[in-house]
Amino acid sequence: MTITSGRPRPTISPERGSFWSVLRAEWTKFRTVRGWLIGVVVAAVLCVAFTFVVANGNHTGGCTGPPSPGSGPNSPGSNCYTGHPFVPTGPDGEAVADSYQLAEQPLTGDGTLTARVTALTGLISSGPANVAASLAHTRSQLVGWAKAGILLTSSIKQGSPYAAIMATGSHGTRFQYDYTHDQAGLTGAVTDPSPRWVRLTRTGDTLTGYDSANGTTWTQIGTAHLVGLPTTVKIGLFVTSPVSFQGSSSGVPTQATATFDHIALNGHAGSNDWQAHSIGTSSNDYYTTLGTGSYHRVGNTFVLSGSGDIAPAVNPLAGGNTASDSLWFGLIVALIVLIVVATMFITSEYRRGLIRTTFTATPQRGRVLAAKAVVIGAIAFVTGAIAAAVGVPLGLHILNTGGNYVFPANAVTKLQIIAGSGALLALTAVAVLALGTILRTSAIAITTGIIVFVLPYIISTYTPGSLGAWLFRVTPAAGFSVLGVLPRSALVNSAYTMGNDYYPLAPWAGLGVLCTYTAVALGFATLLLRRRDA
Amino acid sequence: MTEALRAEWTKLRTLTGTAWLLVGAVALTVGVSAAVAAATHQSAPGGDPTKLALAGVDLGQAVVVVLAVLAISEEYTTGMIRVSLSAVPRRLVLLAAKAANVAGLTLAVAILAVAGCLLVGRLILPGAGFDPAHGYTLVSITKSPTLRAAAGSVLYLVLIGLLALGVATAIRDAAVSIGSVLALLYLPPILAQAVSDPLRRHLQQIAPMSAGLAVQATTSLRSQPIAPWAGLGVLTGWAIASLLTGGALLRLRDA
Repeated sequence: MTITSGRPRPTISPERGSFWSVLRAEWTKFRTVRGWLIGVVVAAVLCVAFTFVVANGNHTGGCTGPPSPGSGPNSPGSNCYTGHPFVPTGPDGEAVADSYQLAEQPLTGDGTLTARVTALTGLISSGPANVAASLAHTRSQLVGWAKAGILLTSSIKQGSPYAAIMATGSHGTRFQYDYTHDQAGLTGAVTDPSPRWVRLTRTGDTLTGYDSANGTTWTQIGTAHLVGLPTTVKIGLFVTSPVSFQGSSSGVPTQATATFDHIALNGHAGSNDWQAHSIGTSSNDYYTTLGTGSYHRVGNTFVLSGSGDIAPAVNPLAGGNTASDSLWFGLIVALIVLIVVATMFITSEYRRGLIRTTFTATPQRGRVLAAKAVVIGAIAFVTGAIAAAVGVPLGLHILNTGGNYVFPANAVTKLQIIAGSGALLALTAVAVLALGTILRTSAIAITTGIIVFVLPYIISTYTPGSLGAWLFRVTPAAGFSVLGVLPRSALVNSAYTMGNDYYPLAPWAGLGVLCTYTAVALGFATLLLRRRDA
Repeated sequence: MTEALRAEWTKLRTLTGTAWLLVGAVALTVGVSAAVAAATHQSAPGGDPTKLALAGVDLGQAVVVVLAVLAISEEYTTGMIRVSLSAVPRRLVLLAAKAANVAGLTLAVAILAVAGCLLVGRLILPGAGFDPAHGYTLVSITKSPTLRAAAGSVLYLVLIGLLALGVATAIRDAAVSIGSVLALLYLPPILAQAVSDPLRRHLQQIAPMSAGLAVQATTSLRSQPIAPWAGLGVLTGWAIASLLTGGALLRLRDA
């Protein structure tokens, strides 16, 4: 390839050597080498093409093993499934878990429900892993986020706005509302000598949770403003118990049983008739439950058993894809093409001796490198952003039509993926440009770049979790964290691993790690460029 | 042919980069194996100690690729190729001589690297719980599956070198060649992770790296996408195809 100037050489003017003219010179160099322009276009096209391939390669329908006799699709014990089970959507548009046992009454206008939780015990499935969980095979264990208390909700439809005050397995008393909000109260577990009193009050749209150790001195834990709450709501007692991931990467369902007494409902209640509901425990609901729950009442003592969770939906239980799921492989392909182009942007000058002409024209060597970095960085950013802007909607469309569940992604999330992809490509391109400046030959720069971004994914297949995740923390591959759009939830114990779409670093922290590498490489390259002969 | 062989050997031997690359290949292969072995715990189910011990080949092959690509593309960069072709006008003989040299050097490096990996596996893996007490046998070359994995890994590296040489002969430019070969090796296994069966299985059966490295498996052979020697056969096919393409282009094009 030859590097030729597309325009007549500008006459020597006072601003010669200024950053803008150097920038223009470097831009001219880039755009006049046809191979590089083709490379950039190929990078974007490959990214979108592989997004298409990966999205099509994911389909939810199918069988995970030989079908068990006498069971249809979606039935317990079957290895075959069609489509994706139902994942509720919460009031803020987020995916939620909403499976529990409820004993409720309608409440019109303001009111207060008080109860005492005297016992909270749990069961965990202990049957073989390949058999559907049932209450026939259990052992006694109460999980940390087992919940029992008072819940007020606008309706028993899954994903409805709610507020609840509850005793938990090991997180003390909690006031939670709308799936993501949480405030802590009394600590300690529910035991026979130390029961927990809980109270929930509605005043207009304001719900307030109180707890007490003795039923006389009450402490306010938190308040929630549920805008648009109807006049008549459901209020009652609830119990639920989430899937445990201790010692199991796929999760084991659990059930909790709570005993309530001293139940007092003040306000305009419908009757003294409590209605029991098992919410979100059918085979069509995504959440894996142990049994469907039960309700017994003896006088003013209520015993409820429930399984499920009222919390944000997380992987692997939800089994959902994210908006960036189809994109990451295409981005790696685009990265490799851009790594080659960015390295050649400097090494070809060394190979052809053009670098001496360049430095004669602009003796300020740092300025030349800065101009090259700006040019290649901007080109890489635009390439990544365009590829992601096309790839994300394309991937979402294919995944949705293929029957997959995709976690809801708002505009901010999509913007994070698009800008993040651009930044990932730009920072990498600048880093390998610096590496090319340091090494001058392309072979090592390209090999290093490719290994760093590709190997973590390969190594993580050998060593599940540990080493692979560590590489995504400390190597430049941490930059891929910008694709992590699924937030961890402190309210859910889950297997937050790479395989389940959880990167070990937060998006911008990961990009920060990559940025550090780029800055160090660029600094070292500038230093060497000044010290060495060209 | 003998002269051509000797000339190529002298060229390859006297390049300063070659020695570094050879040392680098051994060091990286053994180093990555040691790191993977040290970071592994037996709690990960279905472990294959021999395959774990040989994990460094994943990275070491990249250095072999660089070595093989530079063996020819460096000549195109400097214009040396015209001198070489004046001395050895039969171009396929020149390519054969280069292939023999790359194969020989890679073989030597691979034997050292694989031996180092097995040693590391023998020393470190028992500490990670891969010992007879947990139902694992120690990594030992005297067992026939381990011997197959070790010999297969050596052959794998040699074949990767030849594959890279063929691609570089066709592409000529070092940067684009290395990018292409590494992409061909590393991307299909990752793509296989991203898609589901049956596409995944087919990818693992035809991709040079996944198929070739099937030879490293010593346990649960039935669940492997392709049989050990059959997988190495697929990689041999890739290497032959790449050398044939490179050879044909070398004959047809001007240098």
